[in-house]
Amino acid sequence: MKDFALMMIGAALVNNVILARFLGLCSFMGVTTRIDTAAGMGLATTFVITVSSMADWAVQHYLLDAYGLGFLRTVTFILVIASAVQFTEMTIKKVSPSLFQMLGIYLPLITTNCAVLGVALLLVEGRMSFIGATLFAFASSLGYSLVMIIFAGLRERLALAQVPRLFAGPPIGFIVASLLAMAFMGFSGISTG
Amino acid sequence: MANDYKTIVKDGLWDNNGVFSMLLGMCPAMAMTTSATNGFGMGLATAAVMAASSFLVAVFRSRITQEVRIPVFILIVAAMVTLVDLAMNAWMHELYKVLGLFIPLIVSNCLPLARLEAFAAKQPALPSLLDGLFMGLGFTIALTAIGAVREIIGSGTLFADASLLFGPAFKAMELRLLPTDMGVLMMILPPGGFLVTGLLVVVKRMVDLRAGKEIQMGGAHSVA
Repeated sequence: MKDFALMMIGAALVNNVILARFLGLCSFMGVTTRIDTAAGMGLATTFVITVSSMADWAVQHYLLDAYGLGFLRTVTFILVIASAVQFTEMTIKKVSPSLFQMLGIYLPLITTNCAVLGVALLLVEGRMSFIGATLFAFASSLGYSLVMIIFAGLRERLALAQVPRLFAGPPIGFIVASLLAMAFMGFSGISTG
Repeated sequence: MANDYKTIVKDGLWDNNGVFSMLLGMCPAMAMTTSATNGFGMGLATAAVMAASSFLVAVFRSRITQEVRIPVFILIVAAMVTLVDLAMNAWMHELYKVLGLFIPLIVSNCLPLARLEAFAAKQPALPSLLDGLFMGLGFTIALTAIGAVREIIGSGTLFADASLLFGPAFKAMELRLLPTDMGVLMMILPPGGFLVTGLLVVVKRMVDLRAGKEIQMGGAHSVA
């Protein structure tokens, strides 16, 4: 139990998907102008990462490893992810039409969020058990959502600030992200204790 | 027509630079730029994938129907990435080990897909090939620039290990600009990646402004 808890903290905070591993940066810069869209994106991505990582784990173990097809990994994983995104879209539409309305255009774009493929590749390369892999994927995506929401909050404040013209928009965003990454480096002390 | 090709080259390398203007493909642009050598290698791998997939999409563009084009594009990119992945593993194994996870991740890099959708899906094969190639080379320039700045400030070297990764002919590129203990570790760590990229976007805006061009404020703001 303790191992799993430590691994989850490590995946969510210490090796944060966005700020330490540099995955999912497009959505990190693209959809964090408001807290509610960032939270919606975080929620949908969390679901997709968890579901597709479980599926990718099964594909890797029962299909690719079993038949020696390791070289097809990139192609199969991206297909699994695209189907998982489609499945998520259909489920959300059926279960909660209001949430579907809120997420709108962001849903199909999760396919090309490299955090999804990145987490799947990381857990396959880490040779984890099924439960470990699922928890790792879930914790990583929670870390992703957390950083998305924090950064959206910062940018809402930033929109009101007087920024020099040359720095307006993305550059000041990068500099703020740099400070946030420095703050998250403080978590690296946890893993040793 | 010649003028067209000139625009494609200029757009790819500077005016519409994938990283500094359109802000696409940010993940490898920050993760793989702890040194100029890594950035250069990553950029070349991406350029190869972009040129090949742009060409293929342009050749088959009349056969790909509108509804299924995104999955088809992704599959074409994924197939090209697999080829590059296998080729690098065979012939540039040292570099392959350094880039690791980020070679398969070229699939979900938004830059190739953005160029397929915006350019190759509508244009003939040859201009598409050029567009893919020069967008990729622009990406390489951006990654090498970010890597160079981070490496010089962070560890005081430039193109360290280039001979190890690309072959002995590149030995002459390895430079040491600052004494060993002068490096600022922060630049090699993640915060340095964000900081340098942000500042280099500002540098590009300054150059554009001086040349009398309108500066692009927003970037493409793609959410892919």
